[in-house]
Amino acid sequence: MSTRLAKGGRLIDRTKTQGFSFNGKRMTGFAGDTLAAALLANDQMLVGRSFKYHRPRGIVASGAEEPNALVNLGSGSRLEPNQRTTTTELFAGLEAASQNHWPSLEFDVGVANNYVARFLPAGFYYKTFIHPRAAWKHVFEPIIRQSAGLGKAPKDRDADRYEQAYAFCDLLVVGGGIAGLQAALVAGRSGARVILLEQTAHWGGRAPVDGDVIDGKPAEAWVKDALQALGEMQNVTIRNRCKAAGVYDHGYVLADEKVADHTPGDGRPKHRLWRIRTGRIIAATGALERPLSFAGNDLPGVMLAGAVRDYTVNFAVSPGDRTVVVTNNDDAYRTAIALKEAGLEVPAIIDARASVTGALPAKARAMGIRVEAGRAVVKVKGGKRVTGVAIGLQAGEGAVLDEIGCDAVAMSGGWSPVVHLWSHCGGKLIWDEAQAHFRPDPKRPPTNHDGSAMVTVVGAANGALTAAAALADVAAQMGGEAKAEAVEEAAMEPVWIMPQGAGPALKMKMWLDYQNDVKVSDVQLAAREGYTSVEHTKRYTTLGMATDQGKLSNINGLAVLAQSLNEGIPQVGTTTFRPPYTPVTLGALAGEARDEIFQPLRRSPIHAWHEAQGAYMEPVGLWRRPYCYPKAGESHEQAVHREILNTRKAVGMLDASTLGKIIVKGPDAGRFLDMLYTNVMSTLPVGKCRYGLMCNEQGFLSDDGVVVRLTEDSWLCHTTSGGADRIHGWMEDWLQCEWWDWQVYTANVTEQYAQIAVAGPNARKVLEKLGGMDVSKEALPFMAFVEGHLGGLPARVHRISFSGELSYEIAVPASHGLALWQALIAAGAEFGVQPYGTEAMHVMRAEKGFIMIGDETDGTVIPQDLNLGWAISKKKADYLGKRGQERVYLARADRWKLAGFETLDGSVIPDGAYIPAAGHNPNGQRNTQGRVTSTYHSPTLGKGIAMGLIRGGLDRIGEVVEFTKMGGGTVQARVCDPVFYDKEGEKGNG
Amino acid sequence: MKRYSVFAIAREAMSYHLGWERAWAAPQPKKEYDAIIIGAGGHGLATAYYLGKNHGIRNVAIIEKGWLGGGNTGRNTTIIRSNYLQDPSAAIYDKALKLYEDLSQDLNYNVMFSPRGLLMLAQTHHEVRGYLRTVHANTLQGVATEWISPARVKELVPIINIDGPRYPILGALYQARGGTARHDAVAWGYARACSAMGMDIIQQCEVTGVRSENGVVKGVETTKGYIGTKKLGIVVAGHSGQVADMAGFRLPIEAVALQALVSEPIKPCMDVVVMANTVHGYMSQSDKGEMVIGGGTDGFNNFTQRGSFHHIEETLRALVETFPMISRLKMLRQWGGIVDMTGDRSPIISKTPLGNCFINCGWGTGGFKAIPGSGWAMADLMARGEPGPLAADFNMWRFREGQFIDESVAAGVAH
Ligand SMILES: Cc1cc2nc3c(=O)[nH]c(=O)nc-3n(C[C@H](O)[C@H](O)[C@H](O)COP(=O)(O)OP(=O)(O)OC[C@H]3O[C@@H](n4cnc5c(N)ncnc54)[C@H](O)[C@@H]3O)c2cc1C
Repeated sequence: MSTRLAKGGRLIDRTKTQGFSFNGKRMTGFAGDTLAAALLANDQMLVGRSFKYHRPRGIVASGAEEPNALVNLGSGSRLEPNQRTTTTELFAGLEAASQNHWPSLEFDVGVANNYVARFLPAGFYYKTFIHPRAAWKHVFEPIIRQSAGLGKAPKDRDADRYEQAYAFCDLLVVGGGIAGLQAALVAGRSGARVILLEQTAHWGGRAPVDGDVIDGKPAEAWVKDALQALGEMQNVTIRNRCKAAGVYDHGYVLADEKVADHTPGDGRPKHRLWRIRTGRIIAATGALERPLSFAGNDLPGVMLAGAVRDYTVNFAVSPGDRTVVVTNNDDAYRTAIALKEAGLEVPAIIDARASVTGALPAKARAMGIRVEAGRAVVKVKGGKRVTGVAIGLQAGEGAVLDEIGCDAVAMSGGWSPVVHLWSHCGGKLIWDEAQAHFRPDPKRPPTNHDGSAMVTVVGAANGALTAAAALADVAAQMGGEAKAEAVEEAAMEPVWIMPQGAGPALKMKMWLDYQNDVKVSDVQLAAREGYTSVEHTKRYTTLGMATDQGKLSNINGLAVLAQSLNEGIPQVGTTTFRPPYTPVTLGALAGEARDEIFQPLRRSPIHAWHEAQGAYMEPVGLWRRPYCYPKAGESHEQAVHREILNTRKAVGMLDASTLGKIIVKGPDAGRFLDMLYTNVMSTLPVGKCRYGLMCNEQGFLSDDGVVVRLTEDSWLCHTTSGGADRIHGWMEDWLQCEWWDWQVYTANVTEQYAQIAVAGPNARKVLEKLGGMDVSKEALPFMAFVEGHLGGLPARVHRISFSGELSYEIAVPASHGLALWQALIAAGAEFGVQPYGTEAMHVMRAEKGFIMIGDETDGTVIPQDLNLGWAISKKKADYLGKRGQERVYLARADRWKLAGFETLDGSVIPDGAYIPAAGHNPNGQRNTQGRVTSTYHSPTLGKGIAMGLIRGGLDRIGEVVEFTKMGGGTVQARVCDPVFYDKEGEKGNG
Repeated sequence: MKRYSVFAIAREAMSYHLGWERAWAAPQPKKEYDAIIIGAGGHGLATAYYLGKNHGIRNVAIIEKGWLGGGNTGRNTTIIRSNYLQDPSAAIYDKALKLYEDLSQDLNYNVMFSPRGLLMLAQTHHEVRGYLRTVHANTLQGVATEWISPARVKELVPIINIDGPRYPILGALYQARGGTARHDAVAWGYARACSAMGMDIIQQCEVTGVRSENGVVKGVETTKGYIGTKKLGIVVAGHSGQVADMAGFRLPIEAVALQALVSEPIKPCMDVVVMANTVHGYMSQSDKGEMVIGGGTDGFNNFTQRGSFHHIEETLRALVETFPMISRLKMLRQWGGIVDMTGDRSPIISKTPLGNCFINCGWGTGGFKAIPGSGWAMADLMARGEPGPLAADFNMWRFREGQFIDESVAAGVAH
């Protein structure tokens, strides 16, 4: 059984017990435990079920590479599925539940898959479930979906919040083991700005566990001193519980800090996501141990040797009473020695190497441990827990020579450097024959913009596996003096299958990817079937696609593939390393941007007033605009109709502040605008307004608005509300990339001004009541503006109209916006003023036949289609879109053109309706001849009106056509002039 | 080719699955072929398949610089739908969808086509009008789609937040026949069928030049030597510009990175595919249980097959807002592919200025769903030398003439 030892445990605090529960069972652990350690201390080795065969699984590792021991952590709004117990810090009250089984962990019916595993090899689902066709969707797939997946799907919104922050440094050191600490010390002493990150709560990495001696001190003490020295350096920031998740181009690193994972509900953000820009990255990310591939290597109780040592030394937890060690290298002997020193039994060390010499084996032998050289584990015995191992010759085929009873197996297949951060941006690897692993190839690093290496790898991550080698590596690459005492180790020997000559029956029991149930036989099957590229093998077998992303056993899988193909491992190569290094919570990636502050909210200066009036707001870009102002008991539609009629009969007010306002200024401004707009703006007299159109290079209409000549060398361009930023960007694009020598300056002043439209027959009276400015027809004619004071506020008043009524658009500095609005409301009261929203604006402009960007246009419409030829200068040599519009298809006579439509029965043509034409095209689709672009009930006219595009356009006035209706049927409408209201334009001009 | 079936599996199980044959052969290139396809992505393989199946042209090589299916075909988020706005698009995507419906049976390879239903959310009034227009257009095109209410959206997607404070859901465009398929299986299934017809799939072989005589293609230079051909099909997605350059013509194509990511697997919580174009993100749940997530393209040209982080962040913001329960899931892996974007966001299936040389590209962010239809139309074009009705509008000269097939019209992401 696994249990807590009476003494020891460098990371736990025995004075602080912490109660927690697993599958509802109450357990206790100590402060400093990981959840995995605490579970083992409570003899809970069985912690989960595998993905495909639902095999019972125990804890294998002690860190990020753990494939099995994943739990549903917490509940309700704090439920976190797939939480790795090996990296979860224990806290009082923690609730964990095992995953992927039904009805219980102990008894899981899904294990039936295990009994038919022989019929479910890699990729079996590609070969079956083909007939009958409907069965996949209705029968097979639902079953597969139910049995797949791991953790529970959360149901509630997340109770926690997440924070994001930026940091900048010269050197980012990742990894708080001795190599990382020493690298940070060296860099810190040079005066560089340094950030040092460590993913766990503890510093020092493996060295204190392994009992290394550095600069004459025990590693533990050396680490303490190093931390103190770093803490004293102003230029060094250290951060633990903070994992570098991904490296992106130009020294951009994403790091995820677990701020309150271990103190849930304490009010702090759960995680803090760091976005770090660094000159260089030092990856001191260590190495991960590999399992060995022998039959039954997935039974609960079979663990990595290094992990067994971690649990024993760090947490005073023994995974078993009797632990057999199986290895191909010397390092695992440290585990045997540590177990023995903790008073536990080690019945044997099974070493695949034919000859075992070296200091560590000698020490083990001296402690009385039986060492079996040239031997293999042929098979592990047991069910939900190891009960023993059968051993044989490594060079053999699996004949059993002996059986040893045990309740744990500690295995080591050698160590692989953690090269993820090196590889994310394309750093290349070389195969190290001696240590049988891939390590960074210093000649092919990921590069910065200037071609220099963006990442430097030091220590175990660079293949310098011992403490002495790791510190020597730091010294060689970065300088500095620290030295560890060397412990002599004999060479390891690559062992990819145990025993070497194992037959197919044994290979079907050798696990590579534990979580996804990929076995040696599966990889061999993939190779046999021609899925020989390492990417094909991965995808066909799902090797390395589990939540550990192949950290545990990708190299083992590659080696098996290489053997099957008779190729070298480097020829087979690795799959691509992608961020993140370990999974990152989506909430942290999304940050604080939730709910109300999901996106920045742009508010007009009058926004609060609208809300206070109970306006129904609609999103327009990042703005919220009042759609209408319903009164008590009124539907939105009724409100819109009231607002329209009131504006047409009395006077209405629209908050038009969101309208884009871009100032274009400079000696070449007129020339610039003549290129941007289809008509001529350079000739516009100061004090006047002109409606203008902008097209993209293709010739399609992209924005429209009124241009105002403010002074001799400056213009104010009004754009659509949604288009302001885009058009400003578009202007800058041309000025910076194409016409960089033109002397033009642009400024987007949209938010600097509030703008209010006062429209309707009584509009002038309202302004006159406010006073301060002559707004008579003579002083301020249509399409002119004046600057002055209105009601005591500095204002620019334009005579422009989008409603067709007598209309003034008044711009005041944003800070006066609300004051002006309120003054107008007060002044207008006796004239019947009411605010109107965007929908009333839309209907009124449609009644007038004014086009709306986004309704009449969709990126495929040219001004000519909209009968706006009058706004296109024939004289100009060029403007943006001119050549585009000359292309054959855009110049064709049979293009769909704008017309008005009135329904015969007064109803409203459905939004989006098409006008079918006779016959079908060669693809069997119904021919069409037009479509509606704006369609409304006009309360002014008391009937349905519409604008639309139809082949032939205005030539077809008087003709009756049919529009499609949703769900079948058609609506008949007569083609007419799109100007439904005040055709002569007397009102707007009045 | 040995047929796949549950009986075959049972039989092979008796001999530890040692008896399975290769899914596709690994031949050395011949001296000459009747047709060569460059690029063993989904579109290239499907082109070859229908050349053989529909036109009896089987002396064909498919040349791939890496491993088959390793381009965008093996990197995409597998959304399949056909409710496109413009007639030519709806025609070819719906052809593809119909072929997908029978593809597993046709190829005797389970491509896991799963018509789980697809929703495109409308979150602004403008978007509502856009989707209503699509419904009308689709009806005339014979493509069944419907407009559904927010309540129905909630019913189909219980995990969705329909009344978010910023962008409440106003309804959705719903195509019940839309869904997903297993991307690798599509490539592998076609590859196996091509190989079974005697075609040569030549992997790890990069085309480095195109040889022509008197304006007519003669063959290709490759890293495995020169190979002659009577007809050439260029189907290389993100690398179309380079290969077209070898063939002596230019294309109006830009290459940009498109990224995607998956979460760790969880138990089933969402059956349908949801696209949210206003906030810019989309999500489905794979059969394995991972939430499969994507968003927009990077704003700069690039060939690295990795993207910038800020897009991932933007996409996740959008999706955490839309599906608040995913906040505590974790991102397992992110990746990118290089997509080939045309100016009108529609593909090119076309003759080229070089005789007997044809091109199929420009599928950009949304070509997985098109694979069978595109292969069908391209095979037809290559076999007859002239485009059929499915391909006719997608010729490369439309940009010069201004006859665009603009799909960006229908708002946003075209996956
Ligand atoms: C992240 C992402 C998500 C996507 N999501 C979706 C989605 O949800 N739905 C959807 O429908 N579509 C989606 N797409 C788009 C879709 O993946 C592509 O449109 C489609 O796969 C393109 O297929 P293809 O065969 O044309 O290209 P690819 O699969 O890229 O194949 C082209 C092949 O040509 C080879 N090649 C290139 N140059 C040479 C040469 N010189 N010699 C030999 N071979 C060469 C390449 O190696 C490659 O294998 C997505 C794309 C990405 C990147």
